[in-house]
Amino acid sequence: MNLTLHVWRQTSSTAAGKLVTYQATAISPDMSFLEMLDVVNEGLIERGELPIAFDHDCREGICGSCGMMINGVAHGPPRGTATCQLHMRSFRDGDTIYIEPWRARAFPVLKDLVVDRSAFDRIIAAGGFVGVSTGSAPDANALPIAKGDADAAMDAAQCIGCGACVAACPNASAMLFTAAKAGHLAMLPQGQPERSRRALSMVKQMDVEGFGGCTWHGECQEACPKEIRIDWITRLYHDYIVANATARDEIAAEAGI
Amino acid sequence: MELNARIPAGPLAEKWDRRKFEMKLVNPANKRRYTVIVVGSGLAGGSAAATLGELGYKVQCFCFQDSPRRAHSIAAQGGINAAKNYQNDGDSIWRLFYDTVKGGDFRAREANVYRLAQISVNIIDQCVAQGVPFAREYGGLLANRSFGGAQVSRTFYARGQTGQQLLLGCYQALERQVAAGTVTMFARHEMLDLVTVDGVARGIVTRDLLNGAVETWLADAVVLATGGYGNVFYLSTNAKGCNVTSTYRAYKRGAAFGNPCFTQIHPTCIPVAGDHQSKLTLMSESLRNDGRVWVPKRKGDHRAPGDIAEGERDYYLERKYPSYGNLSPRDIASRAAKEVCDEGRGVGPGGRGVYLDFADAIRRLGEDKIRERYGNLFQMYQRITDENPYRLPMRIYPAVHYTMGGLWVDYDLMSTIPGLFVIGEANFSDHGANRLGASALMQGLADGYFILPYTIGDYLATSKLEKVEADHDAVRAVEAEVAGRTKRLIAIRGKRTVDSFHRELGKIMWEHCGMARTAEGLQAALRAIPALRREFWENVSVPGGGEELNQALEKAGRVADFLEFAEVMCADALHREESCGGHFRVEYQTEDGEALRDDDRFCYAAAWEYQGTEKPPLLHKEPLEFENVHLTTRSYK
Repeated sequence: MNLTLHVWRQTSSTAAGKLVTYQATAISPDMSFLEMLDVVNEGLIERGELPIAFDHDCREGICGSCGMMINGVAHGPPRGTATCQLHMRSFRDGDTIYIEPWRARAFPVLKDLVVDRSAFDRIIAAGGFVGVSTGSAPDANALPIAKGDADAAMDAAQCIGCGACVAACPNASAMLFTAAKAGHLAMLPQGQPERSRRALSMVKQMDVEGFGGCTWHGECQEACPKEIRIDWITRLYHDYIVANATARDEIAAEAGI
Repeated sequence: MELNARIPAGPLAEKWDRRKFEMKLVNPANKRRYTVIVVGSGLAGGSAAATLGELGYKVQCFCFQDSPRRAHSIAAQGGINAAKNYQNDGDSIWRLFYDTVKGGDFRAREANVYRLAQISVNIIDQCVAQGVPFAREYGGLLANRSFGGAQVSRTFYARGQTGQQLLLGCYQALERQVAAGTVTMFARHEMLDLVTVDGVARGIVTRDLLNGAVETWLADAVVLATGGYGNVFYLSTNAKGCNVTSTYRAYKRGAAFGNPCFTQIHPTCIPVAGDHQSKLTLMSESLRNDGRVWVPKRKGDHRAPGDIAEGERDYYLERKYPSYGNLSPRDIASRAAKEVCDEGRGVGPGGRGVYLDFADAIRRLGEDKIRERYGNLFQMYQRITDENPYRLPMRIYPAVHYTMGGLWVDYDLMSTIPGLFVIGEANFSDHGANRLGASALMQGLADGYFILPYTIGDYLATSKLEKVEADHDAVRAVEAEVAGRTKRLIAIRGKRTVDSFHRELGKIMWEHCGMARTAEGLQAALRAIPALRREFWENVSVPGGGEELNQALEKAGRVADFLEFAEVMCADALHREESCGGHFRVEYQTEDGEALRDDDRFCYAAAWEYQGTEKPPLLHKEPLEFENVHLTTRSYK
């Protein structure tokens, strides 16, 4: 296959960026999208040019490092697929492909297709955990959990933190990411003691980071490589409202409400 | 160099308790006066950093990824072992210990393995308390499945994403400590060297991957949790960024490297599709619970699998190893696959593949049950190969997956450099010559949650550590070396890409130091590697500069280290004139092609000491004493 690529090149977070056109030739349909970029980069390096910078690591769709807008769609055309699991057989010989970084105020571009997603870490640090220190746990089977609840928790817990939900959202909201983590823990008895505090503090941190609000476009669930559903956002709304109405003063004060 | 494993005295089952009691403690109020550096944020590093933070130490944690949540532990699929005996099938700490020692072909330290089995039960408790959504039965209790090398069901799992869920549990614990101010996280920082002062580990030098700044971090102890070196083979199931740099640089500073030739080739990976291949993808061993491995009986049989009648198929694992069958340990299953492909009975393009067939299980249990158990793995397989494994058998082939070797550590997980601790896959400790499935997650978390936090306290409480100033000569010297090396790489401006060198090195290693090794082949590798290394330093092309985000430069540094480390591996493989576990020397095999161990000559851990890049490393031996299990020939028949 031969393809024409228009790739976003930007030397640093402060520099202006632009689309640069490259030809990708002799591409096998069995290649992954990132392997196709590897081929382009090898050619660039051989000519002494700077390769296209992009984040990637596991290349099996689980680490969440990779992610780019491909023809305007986060992670490209097929559903439930991270960029590294997208294969060139999804394209046709002669296609033109536009490749851009995630676009969101809270995800500044660092270089080319690499963005800063550390805001996600700070949302987790704000409350996306169960406060149990090492050594203090009871026997694992002391706490039976209905299979359905455990399965539902796992559905939400699958989030890989890639940021496609933010990139796909017209408001650049991080609600699906935040709701997936809050939802995973809210489904389980272990998550109950901190449930209200968690909902308040994670949402607050999301706002601090500059993510937009959710206005229910649903683009996030279409883009999510793990097909996490927006139902989780409803659950987070619920927890957030209940927490606001019932949270004890100290929790509200801590969350700055 | 002296190897003192410092194994506590007393009966096996009491050693760890005894050691814990002997340890000196650090007063809670004094803990915050100690700074501990943790390099790596996977299961071992993340759990260690979080736990040390909870205890009150001042922790600095480093990872090269953009977030600690992306460490490669995240990709572990199948599960984590624990001797809970929840299935009432006769499991016990003793059995997990025995299976692990036997699985490792009697090349691991008894005391360490027993402690691992003891701690395994606490790990599951801890993870459940964190909210890790393990699979459950309808009654609400935890589910288990079987893994290779065991006849009990002791593996806990979260669909095919167990590593992800365990890692997120420890990442969340880590972020909780970041918020509490006990842990400072440095993402996109790569450790490029170790700082030792008067022979004691006192810090690290890193490169900030965003702006290229070379910085020194000083501390009272350094913990390496930087994973394995499988990417020396270029193609492996490791993430692209996995590398040997931290452990190799520590080796060059005086840490002995233990059993570097012990590498694990995993039997069930998706076969190589072409020259463009950048990495290999594992299909979890758990699939062998329900999948049956076979090839055609006849050579060169290119018919579609559905056209090959039952009687014309060779279910070779079931035939050769009737009691373990498809759940034979990884080294054995991998070698058996290679053998049938070498005979010309392999399937798929190039004949390097065997079938993993679910037809029987789907008939027996229904497609829904199989989807529930392995859905995400089937989906991943279909994405990569464009074939539907519910209809057609999967094609699989062995691939490099894990490295049992690593920096040599004593019972307290301290290397031969005082103050340098090594945990998880980065050390050589518990798996001997072959790791059993679902034991890596167990070891990483045992080291990080439950062993290191105790042993490091003893080190800090019993050592007199003077404050080291940033302008100390030893610190300045290491910093200058790191900066100089980066400049040198950029200045070459040669013609070949880093990847082309890496691929070539990978081919040499796969051919000569892979699934079957010979003295002749290893000697050829030992001639080819230095030549390739010389060409690298003359002809590699690293565009761009050192003071910016430069991924080609990052790779170049890692490949430069692989190009040196590969020789240590081959030297180890050459000297070990026996076959054991994943180390198969063609010259040493039984009549029916099984590994032939030589306990008289090789019942020891090999620990190699650096002598200079162009000089062979120096061998030290830690004899392995088996007081509780009998050295037997491993049999899974």
